[in-house]
Amino acid sequence: MQEDFLHIMLADDDQDDRDFFSEAFDDLKIKTRLNLFNDGQQLMNYLLNTDCDLPHILFLDLNMPIKSGIECLLEIKKEEHLKDIAIAIYSTSASEEDIEETFINGANIYIKKPNDFKVLKKVLSDIVTINWHYQTSGLNKDNFLLKM
Amino acid sequence: MKLFLKFDTNEIIKIFLDQQLDKLKICYRTIGFGEIEITEKLTDEHYLELKNSLHSNGIDIVENQKSILVQKIKDTIMEMIHSDDIVNVKSSVYLAEKLSHSYGYISNLFSEVTYTSIENFIILQKIELTKQLIISNELSLTEIAFKLSYSSVAHLSTQFKNTTGITPSAFQRIIVKRREIANKK
Repeated sequence: MQEDFLHIMLADDDQDDRDFFSEAFDDLKIKTRLNLFNDGQQLMNYLLNTDCDLPHILFLDLNMPIKSGIECLLEIKKEEHLKDIAIAIYSTSASEEDIEETFINGANIYIKKPNDFKVLKKVLSDIVTINWHYQTSGLNKDNFLLKM
Repeated sequence: MKLFLKFDTNEIIKIFLDQQLDKLKICYRTIGFGEIEITEKLTDEHYLELKNSLHSNGIDIVENQKSILVQKIKDTIMEMIHSDDIVNVKSSVYLAEKLSHSYGYISNLFSEVTYTSIENFIILQKIELTKQLIISNELSLTEIAFKLSYSSVAHLSTQFKNTTGITPSAFQRIIVKRREIANKK
């Protein structure tokens, strides 16, 4: 990690959430590069361009207009060139059914959006660290499930 | 006749590197003083050729000793966890002995490079192995707990839940359903 940065994307229709999210990464020790998208359609337009620079982790808000996080997740899992991206669902809801449903459909991480900025920073830092271990310590990505 | 010279070391080194790397047909760009990026993938032989050719001209590649040791620490931890013999010594003692450094040194270095403590890394690895064993369906959770030296199955379950946010049985259920979906395709 010391010579490399982690490429992160977020699709969220809420401006405040996007701002909190990028601010939280500003303070982390780990070097990151962040791309933000305002909705699922914009994100998919980008990802489906096969030449694009792919992220290591993609954070998806579940409730977005035009294209929801689940719709994005299902589309991403159908694409051969996108299947190695770690997918984190980033949502205000935390019903057990929602969580299991997204895991079954291929999500790796489920985060209930914290209300507290400090908690958000801690959660994102933990996720980035664990994800990095999946990339560098030979862990099996198929078994990567994490709920925060 | 005496001549007095003044020179720009940076420029000399840059020109020298240009010549050396061109000779070896390696694409690169200069990042800053003493740092170059090779913009193509080098084979081991090619790398060694570069290293030797620079060395014979008084330039050495710094191979990051820290990164190398961290990799050794990880390998040793994996070996310890995956070993069939039950390791009776504490992991700190085991690592210090195997790697011939004090545990304090190993542990500080590890945290500095990976942003994770050795203790957390061991837990992460044990939980990963638990996942594999759950999926392979050969052992019960109680047997897995014994194999990985947990004091009880409850201890393993709690650590699993703390590490992943889900219970071992939820994990198993999700993986089974994922496979069912994958098989339908």
